[in-house]
Amino acid sequence: MSELLLETRGLKRYFRLDRRRQVHAVDGVSLAIQANEILGLVGESGSGKSTFGKTVLGLHDKTEGEVRYRGELLPSRYRSADFQRWSRTMQMIFQDPYSSLNPRMTAGEIIAEGLSLHSDLSAAAVREEVARWLVQVGLSPDHASRYPHEFSGGQRQRIGIARAMIVKPEFVVCDEPISALDVSVQAQVINLLSELKTSFGLTLLFIAHDLSMVRYVSDRMAVMYLGALAELGPADDVFYRAMHPYTRMLVASNPEPDPDVERRRAPEPIDGEIPSPVNVGAGCRFAGRCPEVMARCREVTPELIPVKDHSSGAIRQVACHLYD
Amino acid sequence: MTDGHDHVLTVEHLEVEFDTYGGTVHAVRDVSFGLRRGRTLAIVGESGCGKSVTVQALMGLIPMPPGRVTRGSAKLGDTELLGLPERELNRIRGNRIGMIFQDPMSSLNPTMRIGDQIVETLRVHRGMSIREGLREAVTLLDRVRIPEASQRARQYPFEFSGGMLQRVMIAVALACSPEVLIADEPTTALDVTIQAQILEIMQALQREEGMSIILITHDLGVVARMADDVAVMYAGQIVETGSVDDIFHRGGHPYTIGLRRATPSNDPERKQTLEPIEGSPPDLFHPPVGCGYFARCPHAMRLCETNMPEAFELARSPEGVLHSARCWLQHAAAPRTAAVNQRRSVSS
Repeated sequence: MSELLLETRGLKRYFRLDRRRQVHAVDGVSLAIQANEILGLVGESGSGKSTFGKTVLGLHDKTEGEVRYRGELLPSRYRSADFQRWSRTMQMIFQDPYSSLNPRMTAGEIIAEGLSLHSDLSAAAVREEVARWLVQVGLSPDHASRYPHEFSGGQRQRIGIARAMIVKPEFVVCDEPISALDVSVQAQVINLLSELKTSFGLTLLFIAHDLSMVRYVSDRMAVMYLGALAELGPADDVFYRAMHPYTRMLVASNPEPDPDVERRRAPEPIDGEIPSPVNVGAGCRFAGRCPEVMARCREVTPELIPVKDHSSGAIRQVACHLYD
Repeated sequence: MTDGHDHVLTVEHLEVEFDTYGGTVHAVRDVSFGLRRGRTLAIVGESGCGKSVTVQALMGLIPMPPGRVTRGSAKLGDTELLGLPERELNRIRGNRIGMIFQDPMSSLNPTMRIGDQIVETLRVHRGMSIREGLREAVTLLDRVRIPEASQRARQYPFEFSGGMLQRVMIAVALACSPEVLIADEPTTALDVTIQAQILEIMQALQREEGMSIILITHDLGVVARMADDVAVMYAGQIVETGSVDDIFHRGGHPYTIGLRRATPSNDPERKQTLEPIEGSPPDLFHPPVGCGYFARCPHAMRLCETNMPEAFELARSPEGVLHSARCWLQHAAAPRTAAVNQRRSVSS
């Protein structure tokens, strides 16, 4: 059976604006990631999904709550020794392949950096390893001496992937790894990530706003809204039989590349916008936009509770009073 | 492309170049299309394929120099748009053609109230007084479903979300009831629920006003939702054009089919594996002599490298929209393949 790799409990990350106002970017997220799975995390901008990924890796300090990796509690504020230790195990692939690569370093130097810091390999051995990884991600060894501006967006993302993978991490957070790329290139990067997952037994937290792509790559899917989880379960179940009204709204908004499907689509009310995450009060965060809102939703914050999907028989978690 | 339709806009053999330090970029290479009255034409393609430059050229928005329209014609009704003096273009832009862009903030003045910016348009184009203009501005904001329109009209752009600003841009475009609305990636920067709202507003306005829409996008889902007709662009050319059903179900160009296979579908009947298109688009400093897709095409033949395929006519949709593809596989002497929808299999 599956083995628990990483777990967050009540994880919070607030950003203070001034004495009275705080941005509740991540507001009590509890989830468990199993070894060797791809957990997709979807949400609109401002939902806190990227902040969650960065907080898990220690790139943001934790305001409250905890993260455990193979049962071990991770520090709530990382010091350089913590980064030194945990960056061998956990890595990140960033959204923007343009701003996340140092323009003054060659591709080879960028990819080698992690390995030079984390091992006592000789310079020649590092070079060899870099060449191997360039090939692994679909580039060629002589690309090592080129600078980022000489590469296309898709190639840069491959460099970003090689940079993260060269230290052989177990767990990688992919923060919108394809949203800056063209359609034909997105599939290249997605397939590369799935290959790496299979051949290295990786576990991925795949953060994206593209619902179809998340359904396609993920084993399980988590839906985040305004700092909290709305729904979490097997990716296909969540997509095809969404329970939370917000997930249903996302699926109804998601345009399908098939004119027949689009013509058949039943009109659904898609109202409102994501509210401000500053000083979020009690009650369901989605209450203001929810077509099925009840009086209780405005007062009591719904907890994630297990709900059975009668079609698949699988249990999923939903934070909605409709399922209490 | 005159195929008996009521075309409000007809573009023929458009060519656009840009002079840069690196040389001349051939951004648009012999592009022709027609926009049917009251319908939506989606121009779809990846970054750098020339889709935005095409519409900028016919709106007279290409900075010259470094840009240059070297050939072609673009007729709005009987008016030739290319080469029109700035003063007359200004009358057409806004009055007869409205335009919205990906980034609404770049088209709005951050120091002016939203309502005043709409009033400005109404005064210039419809000769209204300030009072009339303000009343009309609120009506317009209401029509694009901005809640509490009269209060919102007194606010500044920074007080609006991205989705609300895009509604404002549609309201501005709508101010003069244009015949044609050009929307260049209008929802690319927006979240999916907000995108759905904006697309819904565009559809509703088209129903009410009978506007014709050119929608530029890279998103096949948006195309499927919005388009009647589709033009697929690659490397500065239209490689395939036809009704939305012909493009999605009977694709005749390997690039169109490649794009579809690289896009995830949620059809539960179809167990799909994403098939990326390997490689990247050609360098338009030195456009390929033959087919622009040659280097990436899984079905490339020897002649494709050196011979530019013409646009072969495949069929007509029930509504009479011509389906054509620029691919040698559509030539009568080409080998038969199941890879694309071939002309002979249609006519035989």
